[in-house]
Amino acid sequence: MRNYRFKEAVIQKSLAITATLSLLALLGIVLFLFLEGLPLFSHYSFTDFFFGQLWYPTEEPGVFGIFPLFIGSIAVTVLSSAFAIPLGVFTAIYLNEIAHSNTRRIIKPFIELLAALPSVVLGFLGMVLLAPFLQEVFNADTGLNLLNAAIVLTFMSVPTICSISEDALHAVPGSLREGSLALGATRWQTIRRVVLPAALSGIGTAIMLGMSRAIGETMVVLMCAGGAGILPDSLFAPIRPMPASIAAEMAEAPFRSDHYHALFAIGILLFLLTLCFNIIASRIAEKHRQVGTSSL
Amino acid sequence: MDSTASASAARMQLPSAASRKAAEKAMFLFLRVVACLNVAVLAGICFYLCWNGLPVVTWEFLTEPPRNMMTEGGIFPCIIGTAILSLGSLLIAFPLGVASAVYLNEYAGKTRFASIIRLGVNNLAGVPSVVFGLFGLSFFVTFLGFGVSILSGILTLAVLTLPVIISTSEEALRTVPDTYREASLALGGTKSQTIARVVLPSAIPGMLTGAILGVARAAGETAAIMFTAAVFFTPRTPTSIFDSVMCLPYHIYVLCTAGTEIDKTRPLQYGTAIVLIILVLGMNTVALVVRDKLQRKH
Repeated sequence: MRNYRFKEAVIQKSLAITATLSLLALLGIVLFLFLEGLPLFSHYSFTDFFFGQLWYPTEEPGVFGIFPLFIGSIAVTVLSSAFAIPLGVFTAIYLNEIAHSNTRRIIKPFIELLAALPSVVLGFLGMVLLAPFLQEVFNADTGLNLLNAAIVLTFMSVPTICSISEDALHAVPGSLREGSLALGATRWQTIRRVVLPAALSGIGTAIMLGMSRAIGETMVVLMCAGGAGILPDSLFAPIRPMPASIAAEMAEAPFRSDHYHALFAIGILLFLLTLCFNIIASRIAEKHRQVGTSSL
Repeated sequence: MDSTASASAARMQLPSAASRKAAEKAMFLFLRVVACLNVAVLAGICFYLCWNGLPVVTWEFLTEPPRNMMTEGGIFPCIIGTAILSLGSLLIAFPLGVASAVYLNEYAGKTRFASIIRLGVNNLAGVPSVVFGLFGLSFFVTFLGFGVSILSGILTLAVLTLPVIISTSEEALRTVPDTYREASLALGGTKSQTIARVVLPSAIPGMLTGAILGVARAAGETAAIMFTAAVFFTPRTPTSIFDSVMCLPYHIYVLCTAGTEIDKTRPLQYGTAIVLIILVLGMNTVALVVRDKLQRKH
């Protein structure tokens, strides 16, 4: 009997240790980003790093102002969200509230496959398909620009926004819809005035996670955004968002040089940004978790 | 006074049933168009890539190495590299992920410890892939001294796919009815016997779905391997886990951004892209079909 208790305890403990691995990995990521990123700030001020307007990493001495890269990331994320939020939320409404279950069974897998597309392929299409199109139609100087990257990113965040919004809509109790319909409201009025408000917090989570995915996405902004480290002044300005800088320059940056440390410092900022988005998303999800119908 | 009264009266006036119906019709049509737009985009992408890529994909393209400064020949080393990296990462992430999920779902339940771990898993899932790349570079490549190698790439990808595997495995465990567990315990099975002989066998198909999704994610990943495992060209097929490799996603990226012959290698780029798409979407489709079958069973 004691032998069996012992064996069970060992199994439980080893499973528990395995389970902490993901937590350790997260802590390891934080630790190593800071270890390789912080040395930059021993002789380069944080204000010059964050608010500096110029990114000339290969000069001697290097100038590491990431403000244009930061603004580039924000611009491309905001613009792509402006497309992706309506597209994702409307699709979720259609799938959950309007579509016949057979239609739904056809469309839903397409959305999930869209989520599975490798980002390098989307970036490739942005280069060979969207860039010439934009250049011709809008007469832009270059087809690889803010708008191009934002459009391609849209289709990376739509599946995230759509599937989480759909879960939120699905969680709205049927009795609410029935109550509204029984009062004489049309289906559309029910969706707009009853279902959507009830699912709003879940949709908020979906939007935050979609934006988090867009801001951290690398290959698309590396291939489609144009790569110019300047503040964008129009939709057709080439930009260089933060992940693009890391991916493009890491191979050339001499090991443990200022440039190398600066790229890790960008990584820290990127990590913290996405962490914030994720924490806000889970906060919204937890605070407004709908239990029953009493609080509506 | 009078004007506010009439204003509120006007506000009270409900639109007629006919106009409400019309508004609904217009709105539903709009939503249907938006939903179909997603399908159209995916279908368009696949069609465009097939149109341009499939003519390039011949037996030679799949089985021969690149020739003539990468401007001719095939992509065989890239296919091998991608297969090694994605399957290797699965080999590490799958057992660890399943064990974590078993602990979370069967032992920890809703304890504080479990909720901290779940927080870790959720946030790990949200880390951008380029940050995984930086972590792999500083930890596996530099600190542990594995260099730019298959091993570093596999480990980086394993960390990246771990959250996917944990959450799908936990989902699979949750669908196993409690009556199964109770019956096994009532027959005198211990907790670990119950898990090994009753719970895991009924959750395995769902977990395999997660495994397929994990492999597909790893196969299409670029940013995480570009500093840890991938090189543009290596003349020989890898013989040890400390060799660097060529892989499909990185091959596409380099062919269409670097080099002097970008236009000349365009067909090769389309060919590589379609091979990668078929691989990744194929695996995802299998996973979706398996999951659909499982859902109908339950």
